[in-house]
Amino acid sequence: MLEETITRLFGEKVTHDLLRSAETGTWPADLWRELEENGLTRTLVPEALGGAASGWGEAFVILRAAGRHAAPLPLAETLLASWLLAAAGIEAPAGPLTVLADPVPEGALSGNRPGDRLTHRAGRVPWGASAGHAVFTTARGGRTHVGLVETKGAVAARGENLAREPRDELAFDRAGVIALGATALPANVVRLLGAMIRSAQMAGALGGLLTQSVRYAGERVQFGRPIGKFQAIQQELARLAGEAAASGVAAESAFAAAERAAPEPGVWIRDADPTFEIAAAKVRAGDAAEIAPGIAHQVHGAIGFTYEHALHFSTRRLWSWRGEFGTGNEWARLLGRRALALGADGLWPDLTSRG
Amino acid sequence: MNEFKFDLCRLPQETKALRDEVRAFLAEHLRDYPPSLRAYTWTGYDREFSRKVGSRGWIGMTWPRQYGGGERSAFERYVVLEEMLAAGAPVGAHWVGDRQSGPLLLRFGTEAQRRNLIPRICRGEITFCIGMSEPDSGSDLASIRARATKAEGGFRLSGTKLWTSGAHSCDFMIGLFRTDPDAPDRHAGLSQFIVDLRTPGITIRPIRDLAGDEHFCEVIFEDALVPADALVGQEGEGWNQVIAELAFERSGPERYLSCHPLLVELLRAMPGDADDGAAAAIGRQVAHLATLRTMSLAVAGLLEAGRNPLMEACVVKDLGGVFEQAMPAFAQSLLDLEPRFDAGASEYQRALALLVQIAPSFSLRGGTREILRIIIARGLGLR
Repeated sequence: MLEETITRLFGEKVTHDLLRSAETGTWPADLWRELEENGLTRTLVPEALGGAASGWGEAFVILRAAGRHAAPLPLAETLLASWLLAAAGIEAPAGPLTVLADPVPEGALSGNRPGDRLTHRAGRVPWGASAGHAVFTTARGGRTHVGLVETKGAVAARGENLAREPRDELAFDRAGVIALGATALPANVVRLLGAMIRSAQMAGALGGLLTQSVRYAGERVQFGRPIGKFQAIQQELARLAGEAAASGVAAESAFAAAERAAPEPGVWIRDADPTFEIAAAKVRAGDAAEIAPGIAHQVHGAIGFTYEHALHFSTRRLWSWRGEFGTGNEWARLLGRRALALGADGLWPDLTSRG
Repeated sequence: MNEFKFDLCRLPQETKALRDEVRAFLAEHLRDYPPSLRAYTWTGYDREFSRKVGSRGWIGMTWPRQYGGGERSAFERYVVLEEMLAAGAPVGAHWVGDRQSGPLLLRFGTEAQRRNLIPRICRGEITFCIGMSEPDSGSDLASIRARATKAEGGFRLSGTKLWTSGAHSCDFMIGLFRTDPDAPDRHAGLSQFIVDLRTPGITIRPIRDLAGDEHFCEVIFEDALVPADALVGQEGEGWNQVIAELAFERSGPERYLSCHPLLVELLRAMPGDADDGAAAAIGRQVAHLATLRTMSLAVAGLLEAGRNPLMEACVVKDLGGVFEQAMPAFAQSLLDLEPRFDAGASEYQRALALLVQIAPSFSLRGGTREILRIIIARGLGLR
């Protein structure tokens, strides 16, 4: 039901023209309004704070669809930011939101809440200039606090990733902190859940590559028949299907783990730490992003290498997303250190204890 | 285009106690079983071990009680299988009976066949091999030529089966034979038979593999007479029965755990001060292993729910094969130790030596990688 709604919405609204204009810096206002009207930007917010009170499972479905259609707006960041705010009991402001990936040092905040002021420089903030507000975390008295600031006046430099999604530098200079609240969340929560939401978007984009490539292979005729009839092409598309499927399963599994750890905003069950599943999902999606775009481009031939064709909206996102909120290497290192610490006789029992 | 559907599935809590039981059993019975033998995983053959597993009720776990089965869930069976495989237990003697022959007989066999054979499979007493490939029929299975001709007292079998794993040490073969050479469609006219391998007119020749082991065989039938009730299911329905059988065997934990004992020994052999590059490389393996397990469990869940996830099973087998086949090279990229099994080799080196050599078979056995991908491509609507 949710999946149908969101797929129809993105299918209709995220057109080739919309994607092109977004890449030149045009904010897709209609699409954003439509998402807001459908309650999709407040999926993870509890009813008491005006949201839909859905869980991470629904968020996965929405973000995978957003990734599949390359929806050019900060829906993922907004969902995460509003969830973080809810965890601190803060009502999310209207409009698109973004997050600062790494915690703000304690010294960056001055004064006493609510009159705190933030002085801090953060690079590569997704949609930093488009989002009205940024959500940050900071350690205070041994607890992770979540804070909210306006981005107005803080945009120091515009940047973008390979997919020309804004990745801006924000420099806050004694910016007024609108709200700040304590949570039970781990210190690296933004990076962790950021990696998770990217893994869902990547799974979606990989599924999109598969759909586009299978369709093209059925249309493009060479040697008198559709190229999809050639076994050489079939073998490669089967590989692509495997990469897309594996990434989807890994990502969904990460969201399921997050749901167990954080069944509602504000709750974080330490014994159900989802770091393993999230790291695995980001690594798996990153590895798929190494293989799948190559296959998709090979199947599409020269036309897929043009800006005119839509394939690159997915492949360029994959190339960038795999590095955001921690590279595959970074998360793999964490998993590897963990495996080495568990040792030869600990690896399997640990894996099977996770479900 | 059809999307592949993997509904996530977690093992029920009740399986925890069972897992502990299996671990205790393995710790006791495999105490002195070295890594170099564990590396054989499900091709390790030990009838005595299989009888012990049978006596614990861990063969035919999901089958009806009336035939000696345990009527337990597919998840409980999954737990037992994955624990055995992860430990590298020698499950080869009951592997085929538990995974293929038993389910086939329960589905298509006669009441007499079930009563006669299933309880003995459950006890780990009888062993099966699968007679499909022939000298001129590998991936193109429908081209088989071995014949079963109606005769007085049953059917006479003639022809040659090739690459039949374990035939030299098994009691029975479930063989695919052509019963109607004039059938218009080459998929028609095939039938399956339970062949007692002691039947006169059958010659079994083990074939030495490149690692020096005798694992697969050539089986020659020279007018071997099998009784009429050796026929499994309907005459002429052999192809459909075989396809149904394959769907159930392509996604199990054996599809990504063939090299698990090597990964375990690699971790044991790693120096304490592994650098970041090595840690990341190991982490990637862990991520892939965890994902394959989740996918495989999802397929088990779909099977338990009565669905037929043929495509999903092929995807798991394909990805699992790539994963486990790359493991020996991965191990060698981390440790500068030569794969060898002569005097002075460590257990890690012996396990590596075996797996380096048998890894090429991982994408051949049970359907080649190319055939799997053709099936997946069909699922994508390309054929």
